[in-house]
Amino acid sequence: MSTTTQDAPVEDEAHHDEETNYLNHDTGIWSWLATKDHKRIGILYCISLAVVFLAAGILALFMRAELSAPGETIMGNETYNQVFTMHGILMVFLFLVPSIPAILGNFVLPMQIGAKDVAFPKLNLASWYVYMAGAILTIAALLTGGVDTGWTFYTPYSSTTGGGVLWMTAAIFVAGFASIFTGLNFIVTVHKMRAPGMTWNRLPLFIWGIYATSIVQVLATPVIGITMVLLILEQTMQIGIFDPALGGDPVLFQHFFWFYSHPAVYIMILPAFGILSELIATFSRSRIFGYRAIALSSVAIAMLGFLVWGHHMFVSGQSAISSIVFSLITYLIGIPSGIKVFNWVATLYKGSIWLQTPMLYALSFLFLFTIGGFTGIMVGVLAVDVQLHDTYYVVSHFHYVMMGGSVVALLGGMHYWWPKITGRMYNETLGKIAAGLVFVGFNLTFFPQLVLGSRGMPRRYANYAERFAGLHELSTYGSWVLGAGLFLILGYALWSLAYGEEAPANPWGATTLEWTNVAAIPDHHNFKRTPLVTRGPYDFHLADEVFGGGDGEALGDDVPRIPEPAPSAPTEDDTAASASA
Amino acid sequence: MATETAPAPTETDGAHDHPAHLEHHFVSSKQQFDSAKLGMWVFLITEVLLFSGMFVAYAVFRQWNPEVFVAASNTLDQMWGTINTVVLLTSSLTVALSIHYIKQDKVKQCVYYLLSTLGLAGVFMVIKYIEYTAKFEHGIYPGAAFDPHGAHYEHLAGMAAAPQFFSIYFVMTGIHGLHVVIGMLVIGAIAFMAWRGSFSSEWYTPVELTGLYWHLVDIVWIFLFPLLYLI
Repeated sequence: MSTTTQDAPVEDEAHHDEETNYLNHDTGIWSWLATKDHKRIGILYCISLAVVFLAAGILALFMRAELSAPGETIMGNETYNQVFTMHGILMVFLFLVPSIPAILGNFVLPMQIGAKDVAFPKLNLASWYVYMAGAILTIAALLTGGVDTGWTFYTPYSSTTGGGVLWMTAAIFVAGFASIFTGLNFIVTVHKMRAPGMTWNRLPLFIWGIYATSIVQVLATPVIGITMVLLILEQTMQIGIFDPALGGDPVLFQHFFWFYSHPAVYIMILPAFGILSELIATFSRSRIFGYRAIALSSVAIAMLGFLVWGHHMFVSGQSAISSIVFSLITYLIGIPSGIKVFNWVATLYKGSIWLQTPMLYALSFLFLFTIGGFTGIMVGVLAVDVQLHDTYYVVSHFHYVMMGGSVVALLGGMHYWWPKITGRMYNETLGKIAAGLVFVGFNLTFFPQLVLGSRGMPRRYANYAERFAGLHELSTYGSWVLGAGLFLILGYALWSLAYGEEAPANPWGATTLEWTNVAAIPDHHNFKRTPLVTRGPYDFHLADEVFGGGDGEALGDDVPRIPEPAPSAPTEDDTAASASA
Repeated sequence: MATETAPAPTETDGAHDHPAHLEHHFVSSKQQFDSAKLGMWVFLITEVLLFSGMFVAYAVFRQWNPEVFVAASNTLDQMWGTINTVVLLTSSLTVALSIHYIKQDKVKQCVYYLLSTLGLAGVFMVIKYIEYTAKFEHGIYPGAAFDPHGAHYEHLAGMAAAPQFFSIYFVMTGIHGLHVVIGMLVIGAIAFMAWRGSFSSEWYTPVELTGLYWHLVDIVWIFLFPLLYLI
């Protein structure tokens, strides 16, 4: 489509003023730093998070290099402690928690519900600045001696050790507000800013995923905030809440920490579920199976996610009754997760599957997340957890969920929406190669760790016994393959910005509003006219209504049929005119 | 991202006669008002959860050391606590009245009631200052500096969890006090804007939101007072 001529008019009726879009309607660095446009804020977040992901990813490669053989290879024990701590903190608090909502949620959510912007654009910009303040505090922590507590900051070590712990906890307190602002904004936006006709049952499932995430963000993040405040006071004034030497209770810290940090896992995975529903439906050309079940299972996971934090503490000395209850509720999480995976597979069934790069990531996700989910049930079993606790099994389990789930879904989503964000296509062949490298590299890195963990390899050690050497070496090779795949993506993404083929308005033939009713590069205000939503988000089965009457046009395999845009909602002028007529 | 032409001049949203306060991305004033109010409620939920962590810490340590908590609680001045409760409840009434009057376009009354809220909040902070200094004089500090002396406090020196009670007391009332100070700044700004004529029955969203926030500050104290002073 429109490959030969430059600037070929896209499938958009209003192409007269298509020169202005959100990227070029206002230029200069200040127009970006002071922007209130949700799309530009999404890009600001995207750049910041890409830097964090790069830094934390390189730290991971260093860790794997150190672990490639027993004994000291490239760094000493002290350095290793700092490296794995910073890898965890950066990845969890500064990358994964904001990632999908702040990048794709910001960019896509208002367009998918037919709004001009989020409800509070200034708060949205403030969120990015607060996040950057958190990042600066993180750098301050590194400059003041670094952190070697692990990303969990367990007391009393964290409250008595010096170095940068104070700055790091302050960074997490501050960055938490960025998360709250985003979540608050999205909740209000979904409730109040939907276009006419966009009922709750017509919301794209990405919106449901982000909405459920936002609820968790708003309810859980304040608790990590107050926990970090108490930890800072413990360090500076020895208030004696968490430190047993002062009469405090270290297990109370663990309760507080996991009350946030377990729901935080759902902050990471729920938006990934949302992306996956979009990808599976669009690239199967079929209506999503069990729309309401997928939508409400996200909300169910959000709610149940608040009741399972104790499964991190089976061996911390909480009461047996608590452990049994937490273990049972943990099993319950498997039900809504299973509903989702079942529905996605059922959507694939008899679908017209189009294996573009985003779909490859979606299929990777199904595989990796299922492993992550099942291993999660296993560590939720009380007796089994005693063996597996604090081993590489746990490390591997949460990487299967966080990396194999969230990051793979984010990569799929970034490829899927890349044409809309940049107006350029990425290189499909390289995209498929990179998706393959990521999938193979990921499994090569982390599957051996499941075996290592079940054989008793403890986490957070720079050294290990000779019998673990073979699997560790394999895991390190896997990390190189994974790294190669990710760097390949970075390379062709940057290349596509400059030289990529110009994207049409709807390259995937998707049926949601950001594809059907928005120009190839979105207008500053998203829509020329507010759309009137008359159908559900994935109504591929309503061929005539969605795609227009059959005109007998022959289409190639690689060219999807493009759905027709939704009609415009009547404006005040129209209603006034019809009333006076 | 090719920029063949210079950016187009500012495109206007058509020639609707929007009210000045209506931001471009909202369809109507009602939508904007409802969004702001929902946003404020969600924010208040985050505030409740922020305090919830401290309430849990209080409950845990009280459960383990009930006698110590009763003894330590008895050293707090119930008279000042009661007066502060009345002061804060009254300030909730005055802020509600300011919203009531701005809805009727009675700007002057609105400003008066906002200023009385500000005054009552000031009284609250002064009393809190008196209470804090009375404790500091007897070596009652949060954390490591805890060193009780003087007639009413010496018996606390030997109690294991007495420092925890006062740590929790100072942290909870301190963070609550911080909320009062922030509220005073906001109420001051809102009163100034109201005096300048920024609000009317057409648009009084900031007054309404400030009122909601102030009620939360009040409600938190309603829980703090009995837990720390009375039981």
